[in-house]
Amino acid sequence: MEYSNLQRQAASLKKSLFDQGYLDEQFCQIEYLQDEASPNFTEEVVSLFFENSTRLMTNIEQAMEKNPRDFSRWDVNMQQLKGSCSSIGASRMKNECTSFRNICGDENAEGCMRSFQNLKREHGVLRQKLESYFQVLRQAGPAVTAARPRGM
Amino acid sequence: MSTTTVTPEPPHVLAVDDSIVDRAVISRLLRSSKYRVTTVDSGKRALEVLSLDGDNVHMIITDYCMPEMSGYELLKRVKESTELREIPVVLMSSENSPPRIRRCLEEGAEEFLIKPVRASDLSRLCSRLITTLR
Repeated sequence: MEYSNLQRQAASLKKSLFDQGYLDEQFCQIEYLQDEASPNFTEEVVSLFFENSTRLMTNIEQAMEKNPRDFSRWDVNMQQLKGSCSSIGASRMKNECTSFRNICGDENAEGCMRSFQNLKREHGVLRQKLESYFQVLRQAGPAVTAARPRGM
Repeated sequence: MSTTTVTPEPPHVLAVDDSIVDRAVISRLLRSSKYRVTTVDSGKRALEVLSLDGDNVHMIITDYCMPEMSGYELLKRVKESTELREIPVVLMSSENSPPRIRRCLEEGAEEFLIKPVRASDLSRLCSRLITTLR
């Protein structure tokens, strides 16, 4: 089967997301759930993830400002965020959440601030990359979404 | 002629999770296996659904860590209830804690799944439980 340029581009974007560690196998699990009954499932879940993660990160940021050194509160919120990351295969973000929780466990407030900044950055980058990926997918057409390009 | 037991309607699963992302995934996982799914975001809501429609719920799958009422507490409430205790309850958690798992199984949980839950976990689980649902 001949793949169009757009389909190749989508496959390439996806491959680099995996190669660079932004996504892990769990993302494939989400994609496998997409079918004619739920043709936009992956994008819908990713969209829910970004709404949810943005909210959680705002909560954490506020907690870090208003409840300084309230490490257990910070940790509870971060645990939720980590869970969401894990559910969609957002691997780099998940690792940063783990890192934050370890630093939180050490009661290192400055370390937490730094880790949180990293997390915000990862969040922004992932969002941008996934938005590009979905945009190309939409342009490429419905046939490509569940397809596995040869050689992958 | 098929010798397998065909249920008149697909089994109805009540999925409980405070995470909106996980609710979307679990419900899609179950629906793609042709189960009917009701999702709720708390143990309290789960008990409300069960009090209204408990006869029609064939399995409960619940997250362990939830604010207010944990999955473990929900499990206990279900198993303590004469009306609900026969409903199989499955727990899910991202933490792989053997004491936690043991406690849940002792309390009557059918199974304890580690998140993120995969299609293979659920299909294995549901096909095992389906034979006991009739």
